[in-house]
Amino acid sequence: MPEIKVTPLGAGQDVGRSCILVSIGGKNIMLDCGMHMGYNDDRRFPDFSYVTQNGRLTDFLDCVIISHFHLDHCGALPYMSEMVGYDGPIYMTHPTKAICPILLEDFRKITVDKKGETNFFTSQMIKDCMKKVIPLNLHQTVQVDDELEIKAYYAGHVLGAAMVHIKVGSESVVYTGDYNMTPDRHLGAAWIDKCRPDILISESTYATTIRDSKRCRERDFLKKVHETIERGGKVLIPVFALGRAQELCILLETFWERMNLKAPIYFSTGLTEKANHYYKLFITWTNQKIRKTFVQRNMFEFKHIKAFDRSYADNPGPMVVFATPGMLHAGQSLQIFKKWAGNEKNMVIMPGYCVQGTIGHKILNGQRKLEMEGRATLDVKLQVEYMSFSAHADAKGIMQLIRMAEPRNMLLVHGEAVKMEFLKGKIEQEFSIDCYMPANGETTTVTTNPSVPVDISLNLLKREMALGGPLPDPKKPRTMHGTLIMKENSLKLVSSEQALKELGLNEHQLRFTCRVQLQDPHSDADTLHRIYTHLKSVLKGYTIQHLPDGTVIVESIVIKVSSSAEDSNTKVLLLSWSYQDEDLGSFLSSLLKKGLPSGIC
Amino acid sequence: MAAHLKKRVYEEFSKVVQIPHEETPAKKLRLSKPSKSAALHIDLCKATNSTDALQYLLQFARKPVEAESVEGVIRILLEHYYKETDNSVRLKIASLLGLLSKTQGFSPDCIVDDAINTLSNEKSHQVLAQLLDTLLVIGTQLPESPAVRLRLIEVAYKHLSDTYFGVRNKCLQLLGCLGMVDAPLGKENEGAGLRDVQSIISDYFGDQDPRVRTAALKAMLQLHERGMKVHQIIYDQACRLLTDDYEQVRSAAVQMVWVLSQLYPESIVPIPSSNEEIRLVDDAFGKISHMVSDGSWMVRVQAAKTLGSILQVSPHFLEQTLDKKLMSDLRRKRTAHERAKELFASGEFSSGRKWADDAPKEKLDTNTVNLIASGACGAFVHGLEDEMFEVRIAAVEALCHLARSSPSFAEKCLDFLVDMFNDEIEEVRLQSIHVLREISTHITLREDQLDTVLAVLEDSSRDIREALHELLCYTNVSTKECIQLALLELLKNLNKYPTDRNSVWKCLKFLGSRHPTLVLPLVPELLSTHPYFDTPEPDMDDPAYIAVLVLVFNAATSCPTMPALFSDHTFRHYAYLRDSLSHLVPPLRLPGRKQVYGLDSVDSGPGSGSVESAQLFLQQSLNRVSTIQNLEAPGAQDLLDFTIRDLQRLGELQTELAGAADFCATYLRCQLLLMKALQEKLWNMAVPLCLKQNVTATAAAQQILEETYKLEFLYSGLESRQVAIIHHVRLQAKALQVILTARTRQGSDPLISSCERFLQDVESFQRLFLTELPHLQDSFVDKLLELMPRLSSCKPVELVKILQTTLRQSGLLQLRLPEQIHRATATIIEPTGESDNPLRFTSGLVVALDVDATLEHIQDPQNTVKVQVLYPDGQSHVIHPKPGDFRKPGPHRHRLITQVYLSHTAWTEPSQIEVRLLLAYSSSSTSLTSPSKLGWSESLESLPPAEAAVEGTIPLSKAVKVYIMPKPTRR
Repeated sequence: MPEIKVTPLGAGQDVGRSCILVSIGGKNIMLDCGMHMGYNDDRRFPDFSYVTQNGRLTDFLDCVIISHFHLDHCGALPYMSEMVGYDGPIYMTHPTKAICPILLEDFRKITVDKKGETNFFTSQMIKDCMKKVIPLNLHQTVQVDDELEIKAYYAGHVLGAAMVHIKVGSESVVYTGDYNMTPDRHLGAAWIDKCRPDILISESTYATTIRDSKRCRERDFLKKVHETIERGGKVLIPVFALGRAQELCILLETFWERMNLKAPIYFSTGLTEKANHYYKLFITWTNQKIRKTFVQRNMFEFKHIKAFDRSYADNPGPMVVFATPGMLHAGQSLQIFKKWAGNEKNMVIMPGYCVQGTIGHKILNGQRKLEMEGRATLDVKLQVEYMSFSAHADAKGIMQLIRMAEPRNMLLVHGEAVKMEFLKGKIEQEFSIDCYMPANGETTTVTTNPSVPVDISLNLLKREMALGGPLPDPKKPRTMHGTLIMKENSLKLVSSEQALKELGLNEHQLRFTCRVQLQDPHSDADTLHRIYTHLKSVLKGYTIQHLPDGTVIVESIVIKVSSSAEDSNTKVLLLSWSYQDEDLGSFLSSLLKKGLPSGIC
Repeated sequence: MAAHLKKRVYEEFSKVVQIPHEETPAKKLRLSKPSKSAALHIDLCKATNSTDALQYLLQFARKPVEAESVEGVIRILLEHYYKETDNSVRLKIASLLGLLSKTQGFSPDCIVDDAINTLSNEKSHQVLAQLLDTLLVIGTQLPESPAVRLRLIEVAYKHLSDTYFGVRNKCLQLLGCLGMVDAPLGKENEGAGLRDVQSIISDYFGDQDPRVRTAALKAMLQLHERGMKVHQIIYDQACRLLTDDYEQVRSAAVQMVWVLSQLYPESIVPIPSSNEEIRLVDDAFGKISHMVSDGSWMVRVQAAKTLGSILQVSPHFLEQTLDKKLMSDLRRKRTAHERAKELFASGEFSSGRKWADDAPKEKLDTNTVNLIASGACGAFVHGLEDEMFEVRIAAVEALCHLARSSPSFAEKCLDFLVDMFNDEIEEVRLQSIHVLREISTHITLREDQLDTVLAVLEDSSRDIREALHELLCYTNVSTKECIQLALLELLKNLNKYPTDRNSVWKCLKFLGSRHPTLVLPLVPELLSTHPYFDTPEPDMDDPAYIAVLVLVFNAATSCPTMPALFSDHTFRHYAYLRDSLSHLVPPLRLPGRKQVYGLDSVDSGPGSGSVESAQLFLQQSLNRVSTIQNLEAPGAQDLLDFTIRDLQRLGELQTELAGAADFCATYLRCQLLLMKALQEKLWNMAVPLCLKQNVTATAAAQQILEETYKLEFLYSGLESRQVAIIHHVRLQAKALQVILTARTRQGSDPLISSCERFLQDVESFQRLFLTELPHLQDSFVDKLLELMPRLSSCKPVELVKILQTTLRQSGLLQLRLPEQIHRATATIIEPTGESDNPLRFTSGLVVALDVDATLEHIQDPQNTVKVQVLYPDGQSHVIHPKPGDFRKPGPHRHRLITQVYLSHTAWTEPSQIEVRLLLAYSSSSTSLTSPSKLGWSESLESLPPAEAAVEGTIPLSKAVKVYIMPKPTRR
């Protein structure tokens, strides 16, 4: 039986470093190629030596697909393509292709310029890597080679995020990347058609969460920000430069406009402006409201939000600052956090998921004293709020996607093991399908039951149709006779005559003969006549002939009578029938074995 | 008599001769009469190939065919049909047959046989489908012919097994449209046996083609619409189709399930996974709510809409739609109080609002039975969060329907509706505000909910703010803090958007009268009184202060202890406001305040009593007037004068009767004018001596005419009796005009024509108000009609004399009032006319002036209301607002928000233009609605067209002055 193998190199029972290998129908595909936020050593990149000990990946991979531009999904891409070596096609959507290099460059700067690492990919490598990228459009079927085809679906989450449907022959896999089933202020909801893949590989970041309605969350968020501003505090919102940040910006911008607030909102500079530019461009990827109103005013042209300068952090008075990165593990957000942490009037709102080991994770778990580099400690006095604005599907959303796609198997990645375990139970109970959750490096094998397409000759089909009712009834399967020819990698179902003709074979007649002893005192001719009348009364609707040469012929069955040598009362009947009339023949033999009824003359 | 005889003779003569004649051309007629068909025939014969033929047919299809020639055309087409080998031409012919059988006045039963015959020989599936479509048209044209219907159904059965989906589609459609109600079909042909149309259609629910499945569902729905009771057996099949791969099937299945749930709400269905059973309506509800999270938004809209109309569902299921929990037995309430607390730890899922509250605590008990497919839970939560605003609106509407029928559900969905006030699309926000208003009788807002509601008051959209004011009028709140909060926010709103003044005051009026006990403890604070010190008297013109007073005074009506807390100036302000804003400030019983009490004694007492007494007063006044027998009676004028004055005052005081009082007053004024004009001594004087009086009388006649138009078109709720009386007055005025013409002009030509016109008027009056004539006993018209034979033959001079005497002798017609008369009114809210800053613009270019007005009791304002702009140089423009500029905030109320474009050549100084609203009328439009419409239209030819429709305009509102300044262009 054919198999599909899935091996996560990253994101197996873990969040970050998404990288999943899929072997399907003899093709090897890499889904996402991300880095891990929590590590600074070799562990931050997937272990490509799993694929090849040394040497280039090109020979082993047929294509690489990147679902969206977050670094935990594309951070290792230049490393893989340029440093490990991969020259094959890389697929991503247009917005991802546009924004991805900005983020990679930023990432490179932080690691190389700030931390002083060597042996890291260079700007040129990012550029070279991007040259290998082939852009995808939504719902466009792209033929990677003769057999492998991929198709992208809208996934919400961030601008340009896509789910991919990978198909080889009749086997298929859907990889969701990160997705969001509830629309937000700037993006729509993920959608997929009923493609019934063999495996649905889904993220499960919020496997145990059912979020409150989006609107209460927004209201709470606005209320918290408003209250802090009114009592003169500062609000820090650590975000990743792209994605959630834009949503929160739109939210705050409209709120500021409505409530006529004057406190400044800042957005830490750098990549923001470039990124915002792309947000303005890719309007078709945003939600209904923005698409409808951009003619009057593009929602991404902010009025109240200004660029942030480092010196502003010490300004007196209330302000709201969006700063990167989102998990408070480095960069500007951490600097501002250190400055503001001591004042209980201030507030930090964590709008998303925090990986273990980051400061964000620590303070969310209630740690009030933090150890910084150089043995310094930091007292956390400001309020810490957690608002789940992360645009991942919650448990209900995952269930909804499963219902939409109707997969035969389910595979969970990109989540914590305990939570996955819980969701796995749920899925198995609700949909009664198998659910897997492999760890990194662990291979899951799923046997598929692909349907084999067979050509059927039109003549045969028409003939069979003419025999039965006028229309095939899907409720009642019907058997038909034909010959299956396997020739030159193709299957054909034809009528037996045609098969013989095609294969140049002679037709062999197969006849069965059988002797039946019968006690009958009459002469042979009379016996034959009695048999004839008997059969005539039993088999209505068949052609029965009594031939002058002393035989009775029923269809193709020949019946002869001879007296046995010893006893003239014992008659021996000779029955002979061809293979095609097997049913009738065996019926007749058993009928005649019972003897003739006495009432026949 | 002679003429009659002659006619008869002629008739007989023609009969004798014509009979043989008619025999021969009868055949000819058949061929030559449908000249169109002949032309078509020739065209089709000329056509050498199929493309040409198709072209001819296409051309032919563009022109209409008269009913009598249809049959001929059809014969020709059929003839050609049999000869034609090309499929596309046959297809076109088949479609033409369908089109032609739709022709008005043509009964297609004669072509049924032919159409059916063509079917049997047809090989092409497309043509077959088209032919069946034609049969469908024929079938629907002949609803009362069971024979045709039976035949068509047989045809449909025969072709149901076709391999082409289109043919099956059409067959199902045929069955759906023509399938017999309550009778098993196909008794004659043994093949179909006793199977009825429903089971045959339901066989196709499982067809391989989604289009056929859809058609089968649609056919079934069609049967239902035609009154056939759909069997319950198909419920399971319909439910299975809910998970179909194709959206149109799912959409139709949703409808089907809904229909069944309405037909068999109480029957019991089993739950597949367990051995429990539930009501069918609950099951259907669950399944449809499941569809709210469907992949296709069309289906989602359909499902959300449908949910709103399943009202019999049990409350238990209903409440689950607001629950996002996957399991139904662990329900939690989602009130904001609880939300603020730590979230209910169900041991299953975290909420995502608190970090790390999602550690799974216990495994799910697998034995727990899912009573309802889990997707149904939180259907509305889903629907309200949907990506497409169409779905959200549908969900809000459904919530509204369900909440109206279930108070407990209303209570629960409150939070969700309030949440919708923050939707990003204005339409959705507006809709949810409206919905909340509709269900507000069931609910009491808590403080935090009110807080969210009030936040919307800052919305920059006027529609939203006004909808919210409307909502607050109907809202119940629970605590005095709520009142304070609401007042505060409303004052903020007033400050920010001063144009909302009226709306805010009105809102506070209702808020006060609804919650007197909650306002009571707030009074000292609101009026800023102090137990020991006198506080400064607030500014009486401050809209915010007026707002507070409106709240307090309205609360005081049902709270007698409140006035004790008022300070002196409050009482003075009360007196002032009671007079100036009487619609907002109710009458109060103020102890020890004699002069205030006295002023209100006219209509003292609680509301309903005063209306009754005012009604009585109105009736009495009318009775008193009716005692005037003759227009010349002494003292009659004085009496009319007084009555008019009384009525006008009454209208001002009693808004409920304003329309009636105004109507009466105007009518009486007409009478008074007529009386004055007739009483002048001029009638006894020689013509040249009384030129001056003539002028006044002419003016009077003109004014009466204008007033009658006002009476007729400005008031709604008039019955034909009143219309007759109005027309009667108009007739009197016209008579007066005729007399005056006779006196002033010496030439006889104008007099003759005006006399003729007058007589025509009288005639048309008689025709129009034939039924009302008995009520007009002893009136001017009555007398005129008596003299009519004489009038029509006499000379103008004589006519004038008769008119003069009848006019002077005729009595006053008593006016009877209908139940409700409302005067159409309009108030221009914006521009206010208070601005001193001229609107500057470059001359020759245009400037847009925002006009905002409320219109009341105007029917069809889109066609009748115009805006007039009057420039200082006398130039006047009439602007027709777009139909989209009118909104309808309530019954009998309209709101006109439009822009008027102004332009003028350069002025040296700023000056004022006048803007006012006009009501356009045309007498023809009312005549059409009047009961004697038929008689009028019959006589249309005899009437001169100028008289048929009098068009004009009535000023509807006060003119507002706008200061503008067109500047000369700078070069």
